[in-house]
Formats: sequence, C-alpha cells, structure tokens
Amino acid sequence: MSTKTELLVIGGGPGGYAAAFLAADLGMQVTLVDMEKHPGGVCLWRGCIPSKALLHIAKLIKEAEEAEKIGIKFGKPEIDVNKIREFKNGVVGKLTGGLGQLAKQRKVNFIQGKATFVNSTSVSIAKSDGTTETVEYNKAILATGSVPSKVPGLSIDSERVMDSTGALEMNDVPEKLLVVGGGYIGLELGSVYAALGSKVTVVEMTSGLLPGADRDLVAVLAKRVTSLMSAIYLDTKVVELKEVKEGIKVKFEGPKVTDPEQIFDKVLISVGRRPVTTGFGIENTKVKVNERGFVVVDKQMKTDDPAIFAIGDIVGNPMLAHKASAEGKVAVEVIHGEKSFFEPAQIPAVVFTDPELAWAGLTELEAKEKGIEVQIAKFPWGASGRATTLDRNDGLTKLIIEPGTERILGVGMVGVGAGDMIAEGALAIEMAANVKDLSLTIHPHPTLSETMMAAAEVFYGHATDMYRPKRK
Amino acid sequence: MAIEFKLPMLGENIKSADILKILVSEGDKVEKDQIVLELETDKATMEVPIEEAGTITKVLLKEGAKADIGAAVFTYEPASGDEKSDAEDSKKGQSKKETPKEEESKKETIKKEEDKKEELSVSSATNPKEDKGSAKEPDKSVNLITPLSANVTEMPDKIAPASPSVRRFAREIGIDIHSVRASGNNGRITIEDVKAYAKSMNELISSGGAGASGGGGSFYKETLPDFTKWGDIEKQPMSNIRRKTAEHLSYAWQTIPHVTQFEKADITELEKIRKQFGKKTEEAGGKLTVTAILIKVIASALKVFPQFNSSIDMEKNEIIYKKYFNIGIAVDTERGLLVPVVRDADKKNVIQIAADLAEISKKARNRKLSLEDMQGGSISVSNLGGIAGTYFTPIVNAPEVAILGVSRSAMEPVYIDGKFEPRLMMPLSLSYDHRIIDGADAARFIKWVVSALEQPFLLTLEG
Repeated sequence: MSTKTELLVIGGGPGGYAAAFLAADLGMQVTLVDMEKHPGGVCLWRGCIPSKALLHIAKLIKEAEEAEKIGIKFGKPEIDVNKIREFKNGVVGKLTGGLGQLAKQRKVNFIQGKATFVNSTSVSIAKSDGTTETVEYNKAILATGSVPSKVPGLSIDSERVMDSTGALEMNDVPEKLLVVGGGYIGLELGSVYAALGSKVTVVEMTSGLLPGADRDLVAVLAKRVTSLMSAIYLDTKVVELKEVKEGIKVKFEGPKVTDPEQIFDKVLISVGRRPVTTGFGIENTKVKVNERGFVVVDKQMKTDDPAIFAIGDIVGNPMLAHKASAEGKVAVEVIHGEKSFFEPAQIPAVVFTDPELAWAGLTELEAKEKGIEVQIAKFPWGASGRATTLDRNDGLTKLIIEPGTERILGVGMVGVGAGDMIAEGALAIEMAANVKDLSLTIHPHPTLSETMMAAAEVFYGHATDMYRPKRK
Repeated sequence: MAIEFKLPMLGENIKSADILKILVSEGDKVEKDQIVLELETDKATMEVPIEEAGTITKVLLKEGAKADIGAAVFTYEPASGDEKSDAEDSKKGQSKKETPKEEESKKETIKKEEDKKEELSVSSATNPKEDKGSAKEPDKSVNLITPLSANVTEMPDKIAPASPSVRRFAREIGIDIHSVRASGNNGRITIEDVKAYAKSMNELISSGGAGASGGGGSFYKETLPDFTKWGDIEKQPMSNIRRKTAEHLSYAWQTIPHVTQFEKADITELEKIRKQFGKKTEEAGGKLTVTAILIKVIASALKVFPQFNSSIDMEKNEIIYKKYFNIGIAVDTERGLLVPVVRDADKKNVIQIAADLAEISKKARNRKLSLEDMQGGSISVSNLGGIAGTYFTPIVNAPEVAILGVSRSAMEPVYIDGKFEPRLMMPLSLSYDHRIIDGADAARFIKWVVSALEQPFLLTLEG
C-alpha cells in the first residue's frame, strides 16, 4: 500500500506532536508516525511525566515525615508499589490518550509503526499491525529523539542493571540501589527510590553533582539530597559491574574511594542520553549527521536535504522537551512559508529534585568560561517569609546581570517550586528586562516569587527583608 | 491546501523585480524545478523554478507587473495525493475561512503587509551575513546555496535587547536586529525602533548612499511641480533598469570627483588594417570593430598604469589593485543602458575579443545577461561613435575609477611634415576618479592609448 502526504512527522514526542498539530492547524495534511500507540514520546511514556508522578509521591512521603517536627505525626508510611505503579501508569495513559484524541480531532493521520527512509521523499513504515505502508511526502520533519547512553564496558545483561526506562517501570523497591551519574536523571530517580525506602548511593565521575549548573545553587540542593541518600561518591568512577548471587558487585575507582568493592541489589545507569540518528535509513537521504551523532540543521531547522527538517534531541543539546516543541513550531512555520528562525534568548532547564533547581539564560559558570563580564545579585531564601512558613528556607534566587545596561542575562533558582518560578526569569530574559524593571514590578506577598524582586533589590543594595551594610 | 508561490530572494540588494513572463496559467500541472517565471531585476533576467510539483490554482499578478520580494505571484496545490483529496482540502479551506481565528490572522497579515508598505520592503542589504542566510533560501537558479554547518542549539553570543515579537518582526521585514539602535527605554529595542531603522535604510538606499563605501549621505531634494499646469502629460512607471541606472549613476556622480581628459587619435592606419583583417575576424564569429581593438589596447594600458585598474575604499583607507583585466562595455539596448564585461581581455587576442563582444551584445539585446555577466569590471568603454558627437563626459562606472568615451571619427586636416593631410581622427574622452588618479597620470594614460592606436605594432612591443 502506498499513500501520499503533505507533511510527514517521524517521532511523536513533544517536538513531533507539537509540529504535527500546528501543521494541521495551519491546514496541512499531516501524517505522524510513532512506535507507541499514542503520541507522547519519551517525555510522556518514559521520561518527564512518569518521573514527575513518582517525584510527587516522594515529596508527599518526605513532607509527611518532616511534619513530625511541626506537630503532626503520621507514623511510618505503608508503601504499595503496585498501586504507585498504577497511579504512574494512569497519569501516562491519561496524557498520551489525550494526545491521541487531539491528533484525531485535528485529523492528523497517526500511524503506529517504524518509518525507514527509502529516499529523500518517501518512507516505508513497518506498522504495528504487521503490514507495511509506503508514504510519499512533500516535506518531512525528523523528530526521532534520544535514548539513554550506555557506558562502554558497563553494559552487562542483567535484570538488576537498569536505565531510566527500567527505573521508571518501578517493578520493585530494591534495598540497596546504586545510581551511576549525578546528573538530573540520576538525582531525580535516586530521590524517588530513596523516599520509597531504598538505600541509595550516587556515584559521579566529576567533582560535583549536576555538572554544568552553578555551584552555589547545587550546594543548596546537595545539602538536602545528601541527607536523603545513604552515600554520594564524587570524583569516582565505576570500573566494573559483575552479577553475583547477592546482586551486582561494583568496583569503584577514585582518590576518595575507601570501599572499592560493594554489592547492590540494583544499579541505575543514568549517564546521559544520545540522539537516535541511525537505524532508519537516514543514509538514503541527503541529511548530514555530525561527528557527535547530531543531525546538522540551520536556524530554520532545515537539514541538508531540502525535503527534510529535523528538530529536538537529534539536533543537539539541551535535550529538553520544550526546546523540541519550539523547534517543531519553527520547522512547520518555515514549511508554511513564514520567515521563522529558532533564535531564543534562553532555554530554561529544571531539575525536579526536592528542592528543585532551575535556570534560564546565562549561568555564572558559562559567563566565566566564555569570559563574559557579569554582575551577580543573590537573595537567599532564609530571608523569605513564605519560605519560612513552609519551613523550607533552603533556597536561593540569583540574577546574572550585564554591567552597565543592568540587563538580566540569566536567572538561577534553587528551592521549593523553583521549576515553576523560573518562567518569570525566562520572560524577563526574552523581554530584555533589566534589574530596575524587576525591582519595580510589584510581586504578590507572601510568595516565593517575591525572591525575584528581592534579588533585584539586593542589586541596588536595599532589599527590604535583608540588611547588607553598604560596601565602600 | 493552496500554497502561495512567493517571489524568492534573488540576491543582495534586490528588493523587487519586474515580472517579464508568467509561464504557467490556471489549471496547469507543473513539475518540480519547472521554470515558472521570468524575472528582470537590476539589469539581469532570471528564470525562477518551482520547488515542488503541483497544480496552479490562481495567478495573482500580471506580466509586466513589478513585485516586491515575498509577494505572492500565484497559488498552487502541491501534488500531494489524488484529485479527490485535493478537492477535499480546498473545501476544508473554504469552511475554515469563516472561523474568527482565521479572519483574525488574516487581518494580522494585512496589517503586516501595510506595515511593510509603509516602510517599503527593505531588503536584507544591511548585513552581508544575513544576506547569505536568506539567499540560501529559495532560489536555486541563482546558485546561492551555501552548505549548512552550524548547529543551532549553541546559544548565540549576542542577543539583541528586544522582545521575541520585535525580533520576529525585524526578521520578517528583513532587518538585522543587531544593527537597530534603541531609542531609549533603558536600551531596549522596540517595534518603533525597528520601523524607524527600516525607514532610514530606505531613505539611504534611495539616496544612493547605502551598500557602498564612500557614503553619499542625504542630499537636498526639490519637490516636482505639477506639470499638468502647463499641458498634457503622461506618466509611466520606471523600469527596473532605469531605476537602477539612475541610482547607480547618481551615486557615482555624487561620490566620485570627476575630471574628463580629451584627446584625438589618428586612426587612419588602424582603419586600413581593420578593413584588411575584417574578413578573417568575421570567420571567427566576430566583427573587427574599433571597440574590439580598443578593448585590447586598454587592457594593455592597464598593465602599464595599474592605478586605472583599482578601486578605492575610503572607509578602510585602502586602495584595491586588481590583477585581472576585465573591460566593461556600454551597450545600448531597447530597455536601456547595460554594461556587460569582457573577461581577461589581456589573455585574448583581438579576434577572440571581437567574438566575445558579438556574443555579449547579442545576450544583452536578447535579455539573457546575468548579473554575473555585468560584474567585476576593471574599467569601462562607452562608444557613441556609431551615432554622433565630438566629445562627451562619461560618468565613471563605480567602483571602477575610469571610463573611456569614444566619439564619431571624422576626416580632418592634420599638419604633417609641412603640409595639411586628410587624416581620420577619433575623439576620446577619458573620465577618471580624481581621488586616486592625478591629472598628469590621466594625460599619460590617454597618450599611451593614442600611441597604441596610431602605431598598432606598439602593442606587440609593450602590451
């Protein structure tokens, strides 16, 4: 069977479905191919969404436990893993089903299957029902996403060794869990298992958690996360995994290692993700892939093949759902004849641990690396009324400021709800707001969002809730 | 869904084009890469292909119309499926038109169009980097496609202090947001700033000041009187060639301090040779004209006087000497003055040059000259000898620095060896850029040219 379509979108993640839906809204005839039953991609099926459902549970457990301090004692929680899994799967089902519905309403032709390029203008789709369909298209958007990276030498075939996908399935709560990689995936999932009762050890190769994020923010997060985990090994490498009777025997290497051989019930490998740019006939097109495995595109998301655009994780870092969606919309607008370009002033990033850590735009670290001169204004949440009422003074809001113009180039936050509050920073950066704008914008009291305004006031040396003697 | 076929970016500095021919009509089926338009822009004619196969649904412009880059020329239905699905799609489109959202977006585009009109559509001339980006876009025929290299996700080093909507607006009207200056407002660029900048760019372009070094600046303008007070008039739109000629020559006249040096060359002997070898040249496909010989003579002269083969960059305080010898030749066509270039005249003999000349003149008259055919000249020659006149003062074809005008040769009494003899004299007018060429150099140059014409053998010795 062979059909024709105006726009073919390969991959139904947040990049692919956002592109497909916009294209349909603009009147294009769209075919969306994905291997799952409904659109959603890694984000909805085995990424952002299920992990957030589990982190919500982790937070409930932790808050109930801490309530004892303020006069409410719940007792030890009883954990029903099957029920938790059901809740998580329910969330995934509801959202992906909703997307399937939205695709139908928009008359997007959704095909469950795997597309392989025959040439620059057609694909062959091995459908989930066992049949094959050839689809010819005018334009295609490639949005095949990414998968967890493997560590060479550490990939042993054992049910006890999982990647993020396996960890999210939540088959059981192991007694002892090792998380390899102290990045956001490792910390988020490690937090979940720790809250559910696992003794979690995190091992990170570099000298700090969350490489790339500003150290002052990470310090706040690390304090609480450290108390949650049974151990965090920095500057440490895992050199061997071996399945033994009791579990997985792990060999560590590093200057601080005191116990180089330990046994864990399960190991989670979360060392990063890699783009999926092979295995679907990309070589039958003119699309170019660079040495790091990313598809080469211009600012209009055009590949070297005039009929093919590419978006999302496969075109480069950061591998984030909201970046993919924004790129997907640019690609569709360009196909629709608009002069759109992907040129954001910032792409926010959030680590959904407790506390949350988020940033938008320039970080202090990046400014230092690139030699960009900046000024920093920080407001520690110890001085926030709202944080005190929550008994969560562990937080920090910081502004990265361009000297002279006082323009806000970056915003960083750590603390309860930072992931939601960073949106204000994102808007401030995109709108080219300056510190004065922030300090003159009345923020609601008492809220954590006031810390943005307060950080701006710190810059001028007169924050209401904080006294700092003037430097001369 | 019908797609608009828009006038593609055609290259640097090109804001609009005259539509010479629309090669498709409603209902036509077109193949991918089929030529659908013939355009004339800034002196060149080009053919524009369509990027995908489809069926033409409506032609929106007429032949002979002038259209801005980005204007819709016709709409077409891309060949996406069978006829049935096409019909379904168009039905969908119709019913959709009634939804308020669609109307709103339509209003918005109309508004945008108006905005654009108000500011005229500034081409992306302002930023050469930007030009590459946009030129890469649609038109394969001008061969401006550059390979992709950069990975987008690296954040730009420089982010203009403007909101996302302002940045997008600037993109749409072809302005590089980084060159717009904020009017205040704490250094933030507003939509008004972008519009004001676009307007100033247009004024600069129309006064001939933009895009070249030297800077013309703005000049006092007089408004035209109402001519109908004195009798009937007729108004005609200026053709692209006429407008470009006007802009270019105004620019040259305003920036170059012109001096014109006159001289006469005795071509009595040359004329004999020309007649003697005329047949041989005709066999090679050319005509042994005075112009062909002059081109060879001038190419040789440029080697002796390199400052005549240069350009001047006042901004960088530099003089650019060219190591190639391309001679521009003014051609009078039905549509106006064109100056195609004979390349590497130093490496060709007169017979080859004559053949080249025949070829480019033919191309010029048949509207087949490309922009490339008219670029890269070292110096130009304007020969009005075929018509009439004694002397004239040609305008230097900037960024060249000299032009040689040739007038009608005539028999004149010349005092030789104690008596008057009838000699065939050819008047020459050499206009030059006094910023780089001194009067004495010009006199030496024209003397060299005259001697070469009077003693053709000199060429073999010195040229």
